Amino acid sequence: MSWGLDGVTVRLGGRKALDGVTVVVEPSSVAVLVGGDGSGKSTCLRAMVGLVRPSAGTVRRPPKQEVGYIPATAGLYPDLTVDENVSFAAGAFGLTGRALATRSGELLERIGLGDARHRLGGQLSGGMQRKLAVVMALLHRPTLLVLDEPTTGVDPVSRAEVWRLISGAAAGGAAVVVSTTYVDEGRRASSVTLLESGGVIGSGSPADIVAAVPGTVGVVRSAARPPGPAWRWGSAWRVWAPTGALPDGAEPRPPEFEDAVVIAALAAEAGP
Amino acid sequence: MRFGDFTAVDAVDLALEAREVVGLLGANGAGKTTLIRLLLGLVRPTAGDVELFGAPPSVETRRRVGYVPQTLGLYEDLTVAENWAFVTVAFGSGRPPLPAGIVDLGDAVVGSLPLGIQRRVAFAAAFSHRPELLILDEPTSGVAPLGRARLWQDVRETAEGGAGVLVTTHNMEEAEQCDRLVVLVDGAVAAAGGVAEVIGDRTVIEVGGPQWRLAYEVLDAQGLSVQLHGDTLRVPGSAAQIEDLLAPSGLDVTVGEAPANLEEAFVEVVSARSARRDGTAVRP
Repeated sequence: MSWGLDGVTVRLGGRKALDGVTVVVEPSSVAVLVGGDGSGKSTCLRAMVGLVRPSAGTVRRPPKQEVGYIPATAGLYPDLTVDENVSFAAGAFGLTGRALATRSGELLERIGLGDARHRLGGQLSGGMQRKLAVVMALLHRPTLLVLDEPTTGVDPVSRAEVWRLISGAAAGGAAVVVSTTYVDEGRRASSVTLLESGGVIGSGSPADIVAAVPGTVGVVRSAARPPGPAWRWGSAWRVWAPTGALPDGAEPRPPEFEDAVVIAALAAEAGP
Repeated sequence: MRFGDFTAVDAVDLALEAREVVGLLGANGAGKTTLIRLLLGLVRPTAGDVELFGAPPSVETRRRVGYVPQTLGLYEDLTVAENWAFVTVAFGSGRPPLPAGIVDLGDAVVGSLPLGIQRRVAFAAAFSHRPELLILDEPTSGVAPLGRARLWQDVRETAEGGAGVLVTTHNMEEAEQCDRLVVLVDGAVAAAGGVAEVIGDRTVIEVGGPQWRLAYEVLDAQGLSVQLHGDTLRVPGSAAQIEDLLAPSGLDVTVGEAPANLEEAFVEVVSARSARRDGTAVRP
């Protein structure tokens, strides 16, 4: 049984926050939503967990007690200790006593919060707060785990620890959906959805998204901007020739995932 | 550089050339912000020298530096034109007109604009006095991929115009765009060089096949940081070691070696340093 959104439109204050968005989240896999601030990532996830009501389309999700969710901000109680946060979240899902002690002890150790159990949530660093929020969302082994930007502003070491938790949830059978503004996190997904202004501008496995790039991508090693669609990559330019003919001086190269994401946005901007 | 008894930045050698974009990477608390404060002249080193354009950082050198903090440093209640006027007067750069990229936004109140646009305004303000050193703290946090590419275009143009650019970032895609990287761990330089140099010949082990989920459980139980990519696991270690760990369970999986990516190399550099500091060994 897969979960997700099917052709979902959400109106917020007369504006279409989402326009016919489809996202499929399969068990034992990770779906990643990639987009900037205001692209609709949070609205997608809020629709998925039932916090906003779509005006069109359908949402498939398991019963509420089988869902784990963290919003883009907070997701924990700053005035409670780490242990109190964990027991409160677990209690809401009926997890108590020895089962809770074992599971929370194991998860907190794994993310390096074992020694911080008596510190207040609000006193933890940003990275530690996000890790704690993720632990609180997956304590009860949810069938569907929904994480809104769990790694934004988190340093790479903590990010790897968050992704270790996410990987473990998927390996344990959960359907996981994660939103991010970091394009490279899309490479970790089984399926990626690229969002822009509330619409989907690309979807599929990372390999599918690369394979869907029309035309040719090339590199131009000069400071001068080459003609046609081009963007900087390091000290060089990347160019995209939708019909296949690269400008003079460009050497063709197979597109990477990051190229494919920029090209999807360029194509969407140019219109149909 | 010390705060009280805490050594925030310890014997860091960091030279920045004109026309060069240097990425400063580090875990939270590694000393990135202290380094920026040193360069802005907001704190002074306990030992060693900080030299900017041949002199210790001062109000005079500050005029030659452009700085975009993570929080952008704009006045949200003022319009784009008012922000621009304030910054250009403060830096003594006369009353230049609004640059092309934001000329149509002059009357817009900054706080009402989308974040990506606010970033362009902050960039324009930091570039307005033609700084010789540009310091960008997490410059494209929250920006969509295309907007990020456009901001990097501005960064590159500034460097090509003769400025040195120092970028701090947690974003590996952004780090890969820099000419050179400096990795800070506990206030000291743990690795430096181009992306390829920082990664070096580091490898990770990939485990795939129909029983990857069971393989995850076996490796995770050993305390290894196992990372799922699609339906393939990436885990630090050697192929022989991982094969040995998986062999008793007789799983139907494939084990192979792959080059590490920048993030994996970074995590390895940081863990190796922390292990040396704590005097404890970490599992490879």
